[in-house]
Formats: sequence, C-alpha cells, structure tokens
Amino acid sequence: MRLSYPAAVKIIQVPCTGRVDILHLLNSIEDGADGVYVAGCLEGECHYRDGNLKAKRKVEYVKRILTELGIEPDRVQMYNLSSAQGARFAEIAAEMVETVKKLGPTPVKKGTAA
Amino acid sequence: MSELKSGSNLEKVLKAGHFAFTGECGPPKGANVEHLKEKLAHLKGHVDAVNMTDNQTAVVRMSSLAGSAIMIGEGSEPNFQMVCRDRNRLAIMSDILGAYSLGIRNMLCLSGDHQTFGNHPQAKNVHDIDSMQLIALVKKMRDEGKFMNGEDIDVPPKMFIGAACNPFADPYEYRVYRLANKIEAGADFIQTQCIFNMDKFRDFMKKVVDMGLHEKCYILAGVTPMKNAGMANFMSKFVPGMDIPESLIKRLKGVDKKDQAEEGIKFALEQVEEFKEMKGVAGVHMMAIEWEHMVPEIAERAGVLPRPAV
Amino acid sequence: MIVADRKSLEEILAMVENNKKILILGCKGCVTVCNVGGLKEVEILASSIRIARKKSGKDIDIDINVLERQCDREYVAGIKDTVGDYEAVISLACGVGPQFLSEMYTDQTFYPGVNTTFFGGATEHGVWEERCAGCGTCAIHLFGGLCPVARCAKSLLHGPCGGSSDGRCEVNKDTECIWDTIVRKKMEQGRLEDLMGVRGPKDWQTARDGGPRRSIREELIQGNI
Repeated sequence: MRLSYPAAVKIIQVPCTGRVDILHLLNSIEDGADGVYVAGCLEGECHYRDGNLKAKRKVEYVKRILTELGIEPDRVQMYNLSSAQGARFAEIAAEMVETVKKLGPTPVKKGTAA
Repeated sequence: MSELKSGSNLEKVLKAGHFAFTGECGPPKGANVEHLKEKLAHLKGHVDAVNMTDNQTAVVRMSSLAGSAIMIGEGSEPNFQMVCRDRNRLAIMSDILGAYSLGIRNMLCLSGDHQTFGNHPQAKNVHDIDSMQLIALVKKMRDEGKFMNGEDIDVPPKMFIGAACNPFADPYEYRVYRLANKIEAGADFIQTQCIFNMDKFRDFMKKVVDMGLHEKCYILAGVTPMKNAGMANFMSKFVPGMDIPESLIKRLKGVDKKDQAEEGIKFALEQVEEFKEMKGVAGVHMMAIEWEHMVPEIAERAGVLPRPAV
Repeated sequence: MIVADRKSLEEILAMVENNKKILILGCKGCVTVCNVGGLKEVEILASSIRIARKKSGKDIDIDINVLERQCDREYVAGIKDTVGDYEAVISLACGVGPQFLSEMYTDQTFYPGVNTTFFGGATEHGVWEERCAGCGTCAIHLFGGLCPVARCAKSLLHGPCGGSSDGRCEVNKDTECIWDTIVRKKMEQGRLEDLMGVRGPKDWQTARDGGPRRSIREELIQGNI
C-alpha cells in the first residue's frame, strides 16, 4: 500500500498511546502546533490493557484546558484505528488536517520562544 | 404541671384541658408594619397564640422578636420562634431576655432551615448550639435563673417552651426518641411539622402514647391547608421533610381548579376533626401560609370558636 | 490530609497578568496526594500559562520547582538563593504554603494557585470528602466514630434535623446525612441510649472561634526526643 497522507502531519511514535502524556499534548500546542491528535488502537483492543482509554481521558483533559484558555478544543483529537487499517490512517490524517484548516492557524503565536 | 411556668395564654389553655388552636404569621419582607398588622388582625381572637417565624426558610424578614412585640401591641399572643442558625449563645440569651421584657411568654426553639435554601446562601451560619441545647438553655434560664455559664440572671425570663417535631423525616424509627429527648430537655409543648400523611402520623402518635410522652408534654398537630394541587406538588418536591401522599394530590386534582382551595380546606378540617379525638394530641397548629385571612373561616368551620378565655 | 482544588486558569492568569518571569512552586505533601499541587500539576499549569500568554502575545518565562513541604521552614528556605529572581511566585500548596513563603521572603509576592477546601480523604479515585472540621475537641467516639461537627450541615449534636430524607442531607442530595448513619448504627448496636440526653454546649474556644491556634510541645522545643 502506497497511501499518501498530508505532509503537514508530523508523526511521533510511541509504543502505546498510554505513553502519551498531557504535557506532550500541551507542549505541542505551546510550541505552535495548529492541532495535535492521538491515533490509538480501537477501543477494547489495546495491546496492553487500556492505554488508549487513558489517552482518551488525557485528550479530554487537554480539551478542557484549551477551552478555559479560549482556544478551540477541536485542535486536540483522539482517533482509534487498528494497525491493519492503513487506509483509515491516511483518511484520519486528512480529516484532522481539514479540521485544523477550518479552524485556521493556532492563536498561540509561533517563534516567541518562552 | 401544677404551677404555671410562664403564665402565657397558650399554657393556660392547654393546662385547663382545652383543645388548643394556634396560628402562624410570617413577618414582612421589609418594615411594612401595616401589612403585618393586617395579617395579625385576621388571626386575632381565632387562635390561642400566633407563631412569629424567624427568617423562615432562611429568607430575610423583619425579626421575629420585633414581629412578636408588634403582635402584643395588636392584642394577640405571640409564640416567638428562634433558630440557632443566626445567633450564637450570647445573642440567643440576650434575645430571650429582650423577648421576655417585651412581654413575650412563648418560645419555639428550632435549629433553622439551612441558609442554602434562602435568599442569602452565601451567609456564614452559626449553630453555636443546636435546638436541643436551646430548649435546655431556655429551661435553665427559667427554672434555675441562670445563664448558660451558671451566672445568676437578674429577673429570669419565664417562657413556655416549645419545640418542633417532624415525624416524617428519616430515620422514622428514631423520631419518637428525638421527641422524647426534646421533652427531656425541657420542651413544654410541641408543634409538629405539617401533617399530610395521616397513616404515618397515627402510627407515630401511637408510639408517642405508648411511651407516655403525651403526658409530659402538650403535642399540637401541624396542619397546613393546601391552596391548590400545585402547592401540594411544590411542597412535595421542594420543601425538605415533607411527606405528601399521592392520594392527596390526586384528590386536589380531582376537582375543578376553582374548587381546589375548598377541597384543601375540607381535608384540613377532616384532619382537625380526627386530631380532636386522637389520643395524645392536645391541639392543632394551623399554618395557613400566606392565607391568614382564611383562618377565621377555617376556625369557625373547625368548630374551635370561640377560643377559651382563661 | 488537606484537600484543595486548583483555581481557575482565568483567576491565575489575572494574578500574574503583568509578570514576565514567575516561579510555580509545588509541594510534595497533601496537595501531591490529592493531585492538585505536585510536580505533574505544576508542569501542566506552567504549560497552560505559557499557551495563554503566547496567545495574547505577551510571553512569560516560567520556572518550576516542587518543595518537600511548604509548611516547614527548613524546606521553604531551600529557595532562598533563587526566589528573588522572579517577579512573582504561584504556590500550589495549601493555604499554609504561600504564608510560610510570604513570612520568610517578605519582598516577594506569593499567589495561591489553589483553594484549600477541607481535611478529608479520597472515598474513590478522584473524589474527596470532608471528615474533620479541626474543632480542637474531638468527640467522634460519642457518635459511633463519625463526626457531626464536620459532616452535619448544621453541626447538630442531637440527632438529624427535620430535613433528613432517605439518608440524604437536605442541603444536597449528594451528601450523606451523617446523623442518619449515626442513628442507624446505634440502633443496630442496640445502643440508642448513647444518643439520648442533652450534651453540654460545645466549647468552641479550641476551634477557630478562640482565635488563631497554636500547638506547643515543650519537650520538642528543648530538642528532639
């Protein structure tokens, strides 16, 4: 399968989405990402136990923080798919890019290092 | 109960063995003395004493002490209500002395509705002492002539001590013991929460009589005539500690809207009739909420007029 | 332990609105256990503030640190060399922390980042409940081991008020009527007489009503034993 996905997406691999931390998500936004999403295994099919469900809760938590800060919570998303769904992966990437494009550039100004 | 404890009209009526009939009046939400006097005029001569509520449901009103004093001026006898929510022991004792000085001879000792129900939910509450301790304090001031700290009172206040009882709150099995405790603490008379569930109240009074509590204290059954089915519904849902049977709501709904008030009064009158015969019940406390002008008619139809002169 | 809730970002952002360099200081005591002021929460708050400030175009420099305890002068002294580097400090400790800090570093501004709520414990993951009012005269053994001073909305000492319904408090249906529980326990034990009689009025001098309190242990003042 030579599926293409939008070049705007930068992939950071983790062994399990359970490893994703609230700070990973927040720091991405802080560093100027227009959006960030977590692509975990299908619910109920975590290879460990419930890493994807933990990630889901963290995504929800970050959405709440963004809402409090007046930033569109849709800039952070959780997706679920299996490793066999390559086409779906590309589709999600396109979907996320589309979502973020609609929202426009992040209100968090880039290049203003902390 | 040989000598009079306070000499209040209510005490004399009860002591003489008459079936007591007390009323209730909420002070105005303001300093509208004329309106208060109008409400009191309806009650005058139709009841033995009138409860003056104390920031009822935690809504700020004219003080029950001032309202009671005005009532005396209008020729009725007040039953001065006092809640522990708004006063510490200093204010409680000083208000009791003040009340007695103004001629008040009956007091109803209450914990008070929690302030979150009222119009100043942000308030800090006091609850320095609770209703049980308030009863004991009024008794100590009267019988021992002492303040809470044991110091002598120069002319002690002689109050006829009232307490509340809600047989419909939980845990039900405990309620009769709580009543016994209040009587032990010093309550001379009890006014119950509004009664609507007659089955439960009959059962409760049986327990009271079995324990002989009615011989130590006068128990006045609380009656509130319903103005309409909506009021019954509202009280059932939103007033804490209310037990309103579905059958009563059905009964009110079963008649035309314009006749619901009459149906409510009929139910109240049936209750009064039953209480007259019920063992252990020494009278009725008629709480016609914002319906004071109906009290003369209710009293008349309940056959409790004229009120005894004692 | 002491339980606290994080203040809203809006409130915290307003506190440091005019600051360009701040320190967020956590505490490894109670607030770490109740997930409100430990390292994790300090980092999240720092990131959240930075995001907000970048959004508004007013950058901020934030350092973080977590003290062993903010209620102990020897630990508070740990930041003496750096505390002056900041325009302000947000403490995520209970109300004791920012005060110990303010007392030691009189020139610095310390903002409370949390609202200290009560003495309690977790009844389930993520849920804390009040258990103690710190009244200074513990008598829970008289009430089946349960405290009506802290847990009854009216601090009643003689049984449930007329608003108790189905074991719930009239103030909030999510709150247990502690008197219902006390009474039922005593009834089951056949010891209802424990609740009868009138208790003397409570002496509130040992509570906050007696003014700010102090606990003095002479033997420890003289040295460790």
